[in-house]
Amino acid sequence: MMEKISIRIDDQDIVAKEGSTILEVALSNKIFIPHLCYHPDLKTAGACRVCLVEMENGQIVTSCRTPIKKGMVIKTKSPEVDRVRRPLIEMIIANHHMDCRNCLKKGQCGLQKIMAYMKIDKKRIQETLRLPKVELPLDESNPFFIRDHNKCILCGICVRTCQKIARINAIEFSGRGNNTKIATFADKPIADSICVSCGECVIRCPVGALVVKKPQRPAQEVKTICPYCSVGCGLFLGIRDGTIVNVRADNENPVNKGHLCVRGRYGLGFVHSTDRLKEPLMRQGTGTDNPPCPPLVKGGEGGFVEISWDEALTVVAKKLKKYKGEEIAVIASTRCTNEENYIAQKFARVAMGSNNIDTSVRLYDAPSIAALIETNSIGMMTNQIDNIEKAACILVVGANITRSHPVMGIKIKKAVEKGTNLIVISPKETDLCRYAHLRMNPYPGTDLALIMGMCNMILEEELHDNLFIEKHADNFEAFKESLEDFSLGRVERITGVSKDMIEKAARVYGESKPSTIIWDSGVTQFSQGTNNILSIINLSILTGNIDRPSSLIPLWGQNNALGASTMGCLPDFYPGFQPVADTEIAKKFENIWGQTLNPKPGLTLTEILNATRKGNIKALYIVGVDLVKNMAPTKKVKEALKKAKFIVFQDIFLNETAKFAHVILPAASFAEKDGTFTNTERRNQIINRAIDPVGSSQPDWKILCELAKRLKIDGFAFNGHEEIMSEISSVVSGMPLQRKKFRFTSLQYKPPAEVTDIDYPLILITDTDIYSCGSISKKVEGLEILRTKDLVSINPKDATDFEIEDGTTVKIISRHGNIKGIAKITRSVPSGLVSMYLEQEKMNQLIDPALDPVAKTPEMKICAVKIIAQKGYRLD
Amino acid sequence: MSNKQRTVLVCHGTGCISGGSEQVFSLLKEEIKSSGHGEDILVKRTGCHGFCQQGPLIVIEPEGIFYTKVKTEDLTGVLKSLLPGGKPLRRLLYRDPATDKRITFYREIPFYSKQERTILKHCGYIDPEDINEYLDIGGYKALRKAISEMTPEGVISEVKQSGLRGLGGAGFPTGRKWESCRKATGGIKYVVCNADEGDPGAFQDRSVMEGNPHSVIEGMIIAAYAISAQKGFIYVRAEYPLAVSRLKTAIEHARQEGILGDNILDSDFSFDIEIFQGAGAFVCGESTALIRSIEGKRGMPKVMPRPRTTEEGLWNKPTLLNNVKTFANIPLIISNGSEWFAKKGTEKSKGTAVFSLTGKVVNCGLIEVPMGATLRKIIYDIGGGVPGGKALKAVQTGGPSGGCLPADMIDMPVDFDSLTKAGSIMGSGGLVVMDEDTCMVDVARYFLDFSQRESCGQCIPCRLGTRQMFDILDDITKGHGRPGDIDILLGLSEAIKRSSICGLGKTAPNPVLTTLRYFRDEYEAHIYEKRCPAGVCMQQQQEDE
Repeated sequence: MMEKISIRIDDQDIVAKEGSTILEVALSNKIFIPHLCYHPDLKTAGACRVCLVEMENGQIVTSCRTPIKKGMVIKTKSPEVDRVRRPLIEMIIANHHMDCRNCLKKGQCGLQKIMAYMKIDKKRIQETLRLPKVELPLDESNPFFIRDHNKCILCGICVRTCQKIARINAIEFSGRGNNTKIATFADKPIADSICVSCGECVIRCPVGALVVKKPQRPAQEVKTICPYCSVGCGLFLGIRDGTIVNVRADNENPVNKGHLCVRGRYGLGFVHSTDRLKEPLMRQGTGTDNPPCPPLVKGGEGGFVEISWDEALTVVAKKLKKYKGEEIAVIASTRCTNEENYIAQKFARVAMGSNNIDTSVRLYDAPSIAALIETNSIGMMTNQIDNIEKAACILVVGANITRSHPVMGIKIKKAVEKGTNLIVISPKETDLCRYAHLRMNPYPGTDLALIMGMCNMILEEELHDNLFIEKHADNFEAFKESLEDFSLGRVERITGVSKDMIEKAARVYGESKPSTIIWDSGVTQFSQGTNNILSIINLSILTGNIDRPSSLIPLWGQNNALGASTMGCLPDFYPGFQPVADTEIAKKFENIWGQTLNPKPGLTLTEILNATRKGNIKALYIVGVDLVKNMAPTKKVKEALKKAKFIVFQDIFLNETAKFAHVILPAASFAEKDGTFTNTERRNQIINRAIDPVGSSQPDWKILCELAKRLKIDGFAFNGHEEIMSEISSVVSGMPLQRKKFRFTSLQYKPPAEVTDIDYPLILITDTDIYSCGSISKKVEGLEILRTKDLVSINPKDATDFEIEDGTTVKIISRHGNIKGIAKITRSVPSGLVSMYLEQEKMNQLIDPALDPVAKTPEMKICAVKIIAQKGYRLD
Repeated sequence: MSNKQRTVLVCHGTGCISGGSEQVFSLLKEEIKSSGHGEDILVKRTGCHGFCQQGPLIVIEPEGIFYTKVKTEDLTGVLKSLLPGGKPLRRLLYRDPATDKRITFYREIPFYSKQERTILKHCGYIDPEDINEYLDIGGYKALRKAISEMTPEGVISEVKQSGLRGLGGAGFPTGRKWESCRKATGGIKYVVCNADEGDPGAFQDRSVMEGNPHSVIEGMIIAAYAISAQKGFIYVRAEYPLAVSRLKTAIEHARQEGILGDNILDSDFSFDIEIFQGAGAFVCGESTALIRSIEGKRGMPKVMPRPRTTEEGLWNKPTLLNNVKTFANIPLIISNGSEWFAKKGTEKSKGTAVFSLTGKVVNCGLIEVPMGATLRKIIYDIGGGVPGGKALKAVQTGGPSGGCLPADMIDMPVDFDSLTKAGSIMGSGGLVVMDEDTCMVDVARYFLDFSQRESCGQCIPCRLGTRQMFDILDDITKGHGRPGDIDILLGLSEAIKRSSICGLGKTAPNPVLTTLRYFRDEYEAHIYEKRCPAGVCMQQQQEDE
């Protein structure tokens, strides 16, 4: 324990913790010592030399680097200190922009504060010192912030922030002497560098060298949760005049602890997009069963007209009454709150009498749910992200985490810095590969074989946890038998990963405890998706890791994907993953909800679309999801939507799916309502209403409850989200977290449905872009500017074989369609593989995916293609 | 040595090579061969002889006949002189400017006779690319002695007793450094040779590496044995390609002979050396910046307070970092004993000092004198005085970190402490002689220009301070000086010296401070009278006007 000792600063006696520096003690006791390169979040650099103080013996020291000692007597503003410090500050100012009045940082500037403190005379400086002769151009390439080298004091806070906090290393000192500046690699504009625009440096820059483009100070701040990915970072929305003017990370939030990525910090402007739906809309001629007819225009024949809420709800209620039970399906939204999703599934089940309730989870994460339930591991998703820092080993499978879940990526890098072993399984090179101790790049879709191979090896070397298996696992013998198919020789041939490598990985994983496995859609979006996850769970049971916290971390696609699923937006599960097929459970829900329930599990999203196309489902109630964009093949989805007799579409923006709707209802965004989101570690976090709903938009739960009332259904008279939450608590209470033994699964390897042949010799995989995250990021201009557009990564060898030059336009042709892209020749993809930063809608033009037999998730991750160079066209 | 009757040593130092000594060497070899005397006469290339101003140099042994400024057209004559009955070629002999007489033998030339060459003893006499020549002069005997007869502690105590101080500039006692590195805990330790010689006008480290690379390597191996290091690096500037290639050859040969690598000289001790080429930043000569540079990081000095590199150096392991000449001294100390070494020099500065003698001096070149020799001895006895009958004005030592001493201090002994007292430093051994035609403000401006370009940019006083001082000096030399400038220079100097992170910044004002201390009137003439007493500055403007 650090002892408390007393020191004296100026005339003040202070008791402080041993080990603190003079500067820290002074600042925390409200004694100002001028400083520029010190930042409380970073290790001291001691570079600016401004924080000088005088010791009792007359020595001048930098207070940021000098730890306090018992009985120290320190003077912060002696003539001696001033003799040394004043020239330093004067030199900085001489070398700095003199025009404080027009600086975006004015009033917030560290240098300005020091100037006032030291009563620096600018005129004297101009008369005595020499001023710089050259003015460097601004770097305005990033849409969110400006870099101004002329104002830079080279304190290095941004460099250290990028290295130690953001862990990106996009910037460094470059040059020498007076030509020293902060530069990106090869001194390119920041937008062309590896910078991820997280803005951590911008908030820490003490002067006007890094500033947001239009700084505005908020009048108030509202605490809430980021609506982008499932990490669920805590943040404060800064509000002025009903507008979000800035965003600040919540340092106290246990999830992000002050970190934010570009989406959370700069990507919430979508709330104020002019494209927001503001009034209910109705298609002209809804009274008849005319087929919907795009394009979407306001008014006119076949177009939409604005109507009142009353009118809209009356029409919807009247139309919905026509359809009962299995004729109707509700698609809920993974972007909505838990309360809203609970209401959505209750609406489907109670008001519509249908278990046809699903979300886009079906397209991404459903195999994880299926596998976790199958093996009795569903409770194991209760994680604490922080625990991964304590893991001895992290295995990342099918995920590009620093792009898809950036703050999670930072936590993994942090763990590696602390000594955690990182194993990355990814067909192409991702940012995390550079941090990995072992990196395996199997052919896409062969992860199951690789992981079963690792299991085999672990068993062979007796690295498995026998005691744990005996006590807590089922079906071990059968599993062991199934492993015989996965000899390393075989696995090497299936996956392309060398025996050596698999052996090493098995040893590292097997010998490290506790260990964590993190996965994403790179393993779920396959026709063998559920089996892929089962293999992962096998590995975790085998090594006795599974009952430890954070042993399994599926990264859910969207912010509340896990919440929506937990709330029962699944055709076969009531809230809390309670099976519909279980009659006792059904009875319990009938009692609580006071209504006879449909005993038959409903259809999944993919099945719903098929049933709609066949005419079996006649009405769709779609909340906050773009089916046309997200599902494949696009043609069949459109056919289905055309066939539907009645579609209600409810969202914050119009989209391709809305074109097929009969009634469109405007929903409130996350900033305009209260409720909770459940993040990837299963943490429920509160979101708070920060501004009034835009236009006449309404929170989704309110719309559905109002509708239920009009349908004269009881059980929807909620006055607020808290009331809904208390009902949720009552329906999931008494649910045992872990009921039985963990179950091993015997598995066989099946190749992906999508295979190459002589005509389509390459496999296309999709890549994740940090600037692109579903439909909402599209409404943020800056994110759109920075988005990686249509780049197709091709291995140099393939480029030679297919005669493709770097930077040229290429055509990607599959068995089902074709799209264009721009070739980027890189070794980050192995030969035989092409990778594209892809809009899902583009991929959907190329595929007609097979479904996973269990979860019905479509194989959307890969596609066999050929690539043809488009001659005569080149992009710079 | 060779059983041939005569040996012709052709200097292959960088200076002589640029004068054409490579062509001289190959042509002479060919001519001797075709004359049929290839059996009797051996032609050998060597490292730097030191008397660079007179290059290309040839020495004919065993007599020690010394030919200067040899060109390819002289070779027929040279060949003739070598043949039986041949006489020394007079026109190639050195002419002593003092007496205007030709001197036949190098031993008799004052430039050599007044020196005491120990580190440089074999530079210029052995082929640096042939390990056998080094072995023939007793090379690696010190290493054998250390490994087979001495304990590591014994080696350290010998070095300590010798009183050797680091020859990189600061003069830290070498033995103490070794001892603290020996005591540092941890299995992995490194030995690093600082060969990032960057002072303008200094080339003594380069000459040692080019002329006798094995002496440096042997010193490093002994050091590694003493502190139990397994791996060594020589951080050498990429601007020294010849030194790099000779070191590489030497390391390769040493490995082949079992002197480097596993089980050195059949002992349990293993050590190997790698060459790391610096990218040209002056600041990388600072120990912590050098270490960061080897680690692959930007070379910026670490901030105090920090652990010593002997405790936490390269990759945070204990690291022994010494200068080229410091290592070159080690085999001599081990072979001859600490007493032999301690006899040379002064009480507090033992051994010899190597200087690159340049500027307005008759004999430019590489010299070695015992510590404590006076500037007069160096400049007049060895250097032959100021040419053209001009008056000596000042002597600059220590490069951009050093200072200018006025002519009246010429009887000052040259050692670590005397120089520091006078406001300059020993530095890495550059010694520039200035005559009456030199403007001291211009000299200060020159060195500040160097410092402001080479500041790493990390700390404000050094980065902006040297820039500010340079701008002011530049203004002064151009006739734009302002009345308060001298006070501003003094104020800035104090702030820079007291607040900079590393030695580069802390010493950067020295050229200004010493010139202000000894030649303030010159500054005043520039500022108040817009006049340069030496007639160097403001010439252009005057012509324009």
